[in-house]
Amino acid sequence: MTRKSTSALAPRLRRREVVSVLLADRGGILVIAGLGAPAWDVTAAGDHPLNFPMWGAMGGAAMLGLGLALAQPTRRVLVVTGDGEMLMGLGSLSTIGVSRVSNLAIVVLDNESYGETGQQASATGHSVSLAGVARECGIVDSSAPTTIEEVRALRDRIHAKDRCVFAQVKIDPEKLPLVLPPRDSSYLKHRFRLALLGDSALHD
Amino acid sequence: MTGSFQERSARGSRSAAGGGDWPERVHSLLRAEAIDLIALVPDAGHAALIRHCEADPGMRMVRLSTEEEGVALLAGAWLGGIRGVLLMQSSGVGNCINMLSLPVMAQFPLLMLVTMRGDHGEFNPAQLPMGQASPRVLEAIGVLVKQVDATAQVEETVHGALRLAFNSCRPVAVLLGQKMLGAKDFRKLARGE
Repeated sequence: MTRKSTSALAPRLRRREVVSVLLADRGGILVIAGLGAPAWDVTAAGDHPLNFPMWGAMGGAAMLGLGLALAQPTRRVLVVTGDGEMLMGLGSLSTIGVSRVSNLAIVVLDNESYGETGQQASATGHSVSLAGVARECGIVDSSAPTTIEEVRALRDRIHAKDRCVFAQVKIDPEKLPLVLPPRDSSYLKHRFRLALLGDSALHD
Repeated sequence: MTGSFQERSARGSRSAAGGGDWPERVHSLLRAEAIDLIALVPDAGHAALIRHCEADPGMRMVRLSTEEEGVALLAGAWLGGIRGVLLMQSSGVGNCINMLSLPVMAQFPLLMLVTMRGDHGEFNPAQLPMGQASPRVLEAIGVLVKQVDATAQVEETVHGALRLAFNSCRPVAVLLGQKMLGAKDFRKLARGE
């Protein structure tokens, strides 16, 4: 099978620019980052106590986001993850679609490959449309932005907090220097809960 | 299908004194312990508890595609300040193993209520590998495992496991034994009984 080359003519979006646009003036947004490059991208945009970058649990980012969105219905939850991570939790799009949450957003940075392990091809480089799956699962605002203007419009829809949002953003499969978040997930957990819930987080 | 199962599962313990009302008691316990979220892949052994939770407007039900989704869901919920439990059959335990690395590594509270198959009186050989392996694989990944085989002890066991999970921020699984639940009688089902 050959890789699709439909978008090879236009330059692809760059992952860190996409993430910095999404997190510009981030306000009270709560951010989950899938393991690997999306966690480095979110950290490159600015380490923050209300980021929970994942170091493992591949396939769990979207569901972590759903749990957080159910717990904090007045806050926007943004999950930033990769195509391989989303493919591993594809069934969670069904669970999320049925849940009818309006404050969860999932943005997949799609480089059509497993970037952390040597750029092996993933299914999204063939015929699998994650935005299509999300839409058919009931996430009506599912899109595949290709320009930075469309990413800015996506950012505004995410910050509006009035609907569940899914976006599959095709990005350049570039390898960038790692920007590492703290790697102790227990620390990240406490930091997040203290920032969100205050001191009661340590006592309940 | 569940009707026949329920019939058998109630044998010998139909009375409240014998603990046959454990689903109702566990629901009341979950309510009293501020459990707001029930994540589940259904099992016949959990059917009554699921009905009680569904009838409770204070409980949010999330039906999962696969059990490991619930592990991540409840970690996210606790990150956001609410508590939940995960209901599954033993065949779903294996699906959870790598996802359990998150609550094990980062010390998230997690309570899993697992109805056992592949053990006492099992008819279906396909249930045996995961059923028999469930306690060992859970312990291998770092989950604390509590087995209960008598309906009269379910409420107390779940209560202790819940406190253990949320007080110490650890994943804990309660295995609800097939001796207590009863085995599904496939022969009767095949005869249309």
